[in-house]
Amino acid sequence: MKLLFERSRPGRGMDLLPPCDVPAVSFDAALLRDSAPRLPEIAEVDLGRHYTELAKQTHGVNDGFYPLGSCTMKYNPRVDEETASLPGFTQIHPLQPLDTVQGCLEVLWKSEQLLTEITGMDAVTYQPAAGAHGEYTGLLLIRCYHQSRGDTARTKIIVPDSAHGTNPASATMAGFKVVSVPSNEMGGVDLDALRAAVGPDTAGLMLTNPNTVGLFDPNILEITQIIHDAGGLCYYDGANLNAIMGHVRPGDMGFDCVHVNLHKTFATPHGGGGPGSGPVGCKDFLAPFLPSPRVKKAGDSYEFFDPEQSMGKVRSFYGNFLVVVKALTYILSLGKEGIPAASAGAVLNANYLMKKLAGHYDMSFNTLCMHEFVMTLEKLAHDTGVTAMDVAKRLLDFGMHPPTMYFPLIVHEALMVEPTETESPETLDEAAEVFLKILEEAKSDPESLHHAPHDCAIGRPDEVTAARNPILRYDFGA
Amino acid sequence: MASYIPYTGEERQAMLKAVGLDSIDQLYDVVPESVRVKDLDLPEGMSELEVGRVMADMAEKDKIFRSIFRGAGAYRHFIPAIVKTVTSKEEFLTAYTPYQAEISQGVLQSIFEYQTQMCELTGMDVSNASVYDGASAAAEAVFMCQERKKSAVVFSGAVNPQVLRVVKTYCESRQVPVTVIPPKGTATDLEALKAAIADDTAAVYVQSPNYYGVIEDMDAVVEAAHAKKAKVIMGCNPIALGLLKTPGEYGADIAVGEGQPLGMPLAFGGPYLGFMTCKQAMMRKLPGRIVGETADHDGNRAYVLTLQAREQHIRREKASSNICSNQALCAMTASVYLAAMGPKGLRQAAESSAAHAHYLADQIAPLGFGRKDPDQPFFHEFLTECPMDPDELCKKLEPYGILGGLPVDGGILWCCTECNDKADIDRLVAALKEVCGK
Repeated sequence: MKLLFERSRPGRGMDLLPPCDVPAVSFDAALLRDSAPRLPEIAEVDLGRHYTELAKQTHGVNDGFYPLGSCTMKYNPRVDEETASLPGFTQIHPLQPLDTVQGCLEVLWKSEQLLTEITGMDAVTYQPAAGAHGEYTGLLLIRCYHQSRGDTARTKIIVPDSAHGTNPASATMAGFKVVSVPSNEMGGVDLDALRAAVGPDTAGLMLTNPNTVGLFDPNILEITQIIHDAGGLCYYDGANLNAIMGHVRPGDMGFDCVHVNLHKTFATPHGGGGPGSGPVGCKDFLAPFLPSPRVKKAGDSYEFFDPEQSMGKVRSFYGNFLVVVKALTYILSLGKEGIPAASAGAVLNANYLMKKLAGHYDMSFNTLCMHEFVMTLEKLAHDTGVTAMDVAKRLLDFGMHPPTMYFPLIVHEALMVEPTETESPETLDEAAEVFLKILEEAKSDPESLHHAPHDCAIGRPDEVTAARNPILRYDFGA
Repeated sequence: MASYIPYTGEERQAMLKAVGLDSIDQLYDVVPESVRVKDLDLPEGMSELEVGRVMADMAEKDKIFRSIFRGAGAYRHFIPAIVKTVTSKEEFLTAYTPYQAEISQGVLQSIFEYQTQMCELTGMDVSNASVYDGASAAAEAVFMCQERKKSAVVFSGAVNPQVLRVVKTYCESRQVPVTVIPPKGTATDLEALKAAIADDTAAVYVQSPNYYGVIEDMDAVVEAAHAKKAKVIMGCNPIALGLLKTPGEYGADIAVGEGQPLGMPLAFGGPYLGFMTCKQAMMRKLPGRIVGETADHDGNRAYVLTLQAREQHIRREKASSNICSNQALCAMTASVYLAAMGPKGLRQAAESSAAHAHYLADQIAPLGFGRKDPDQPFFHEFLTECPMDPDELCKKLEPYGILGGLPVDGGILWCCTECNDKADIDRLVAALKEVCGK
């Protein structure tokens, strides 16, 4: 496929701006760039076709089943896109006078009310732009809290070895040392190891529940109690919130703060890697440390205010506002019944698909799962040489996005499957058939699977060369 | 009740039966009884018609200004129609991060094109695939410059205050000392900046055009920083780079900025786009996703996420940053915008913005809105005196459908883009005359 720059022809382009109707500015030549940026010169028709071609080589949720574990690739409702395109939201300057942005403030305020109820928290900030950004913000809350009490010895964050990579990375960014605790045989937190890990240097714990193997940790109340007894705080990573919305709340499980991924649980599209939104909720005692500004209701109108001991800001303005508009539309659509129904549907779909595959593929745990389950292909790899990577790549030939591969790290040859609630039983049945067909192929023709995919735009790319000899931009030549 | 679950209640029962259960509740048997939600206090769900109406009613409560003369970090530029057409394509809109290269060549190639365009724009060697916004880009850039004996960072006080606030928040937790040099009038105080750069200074951050629109003397900044072996991070406006000297030409080490002017609507502050480019030597310190070119086993050109040894999913607590999701669709927006504008169109937008701003400055100076520091060169923003209370002035402009400049330091920070044509400016001038009683 040609690059934009390979389609460029000197002198071509689009007619977009009128001639300037005021005198030009003559800047000192020393202030000007020497040569024009080599941006493409392309007619509109060719530009349009370029992207149509790129779109054909991109797999979105509407292109087929997308059971990418931990990413909650549910359907993105169209009405959410429409409401986020309303000029009353898109054409508003972030520094307009407050009486001219009452609608935007209402969006933030309403969304906060709804999310506090769903998470069991007391306050929410929408400033973080993504999940990891939310983790970082939540950890700063914990840091500010301990510092405000003069408790500066609390420098360590406990993270289970099954956690997402962002958890330890965020803890480092927030200035903490990371203590990794091992998982027990059910993938949950090992209580003895946790008790041994806590102490006067414990700032807090980061945990997702259900955990990354898709199981709800039944010891959750004991876990948060151990942390609290040691003087630490509990942070809930909302990556897996889609399993439990409306059934059990992080706030009731003993968590003090939480981030939520609007681009997962609340159905906003992921855009090929963003924009997401990672709002952070917290209990009242942490609210004074939230980023500035927050929104409050005063009589019939809305106002900004600065929390008294605010950590500062983690992003300019108020976050990825239009993503919040989409999520608000979604939550209002589902409401009291729809929110828990969505989670129950996600859990049912995961169990339905797992049941179809169990007995053929090895599951990391043979028990009811939550919204996702993890298969281990260790035995298959041993017997046939066919790896989780091979199976994942073969799935591409069937128009299916593969599950998350090789995660969590505690399961060998892992494939993590998250169907979400927006898939029909037919889709799940078809997916199961594909998985079983590939299993047959693994036994009859393993060699072929090492070379999968066979029917995609490209075969497996050489990632080693890409990293060793990085080519990160187009070479225009001389 | 909407939930976007495609199947009926009867079908659900059949699925439950297939799993060996009688009721949905059994799925949650593992949850301790004491913490199960008994009554979720949310409103009843809505039909699409109803929710559309409710959201439209909220949007109605916002005032859309016909004329906007306010920037200060968020700019209303013209957006070519093709931008939204492309970025609304469901394949791009609904895809996840392109982990599976074989079915993601479209989005990967578009990021590679974006990286190339940002390198061209800033005159630098390497670009990442985006971060959250210009402010977090500045913070990440500061972290890129950390060395064992060089940690401190010196900031010009003439940078956007939002950027400064975010950087301070980020640096506080990592115990990176931040020194802010108060501006001299509306420009960086070069003498004070130079004096503040010490042996432990890791980086110097200056924005040009700065918060007040002034084009800074970046040559002097680069010389002063490099003399002490400190890195230079230059904050830039991407539209200005269609015309003005680039960070690469000045010899800066890292360029960052807010990419919103490249095709993104104002949208009450987001989603926006943080761009980051750097010199080759700093490539492996860049945070976030980076796309590289390679080949598949048949020799076909292919694109992949690369240099992942820097990233959180591999390095965990030792990663260069925690960033995972970025602003990919916004990067694509910027890329389509730049391709549509082309080198001539971008230059035209830059020249037109500057020309209209200068025209506005000339027109309002006699009305009591004289420029502070009139000798400093400026791009498309400038700070003026204000003959009355600035907030009151802006309030009085509202009935004309005009969003005036931002009240700053007792004056007003005005902005023009190519969207503010002569007629638009003349309307503002007429309104100012009425409001100020002249």
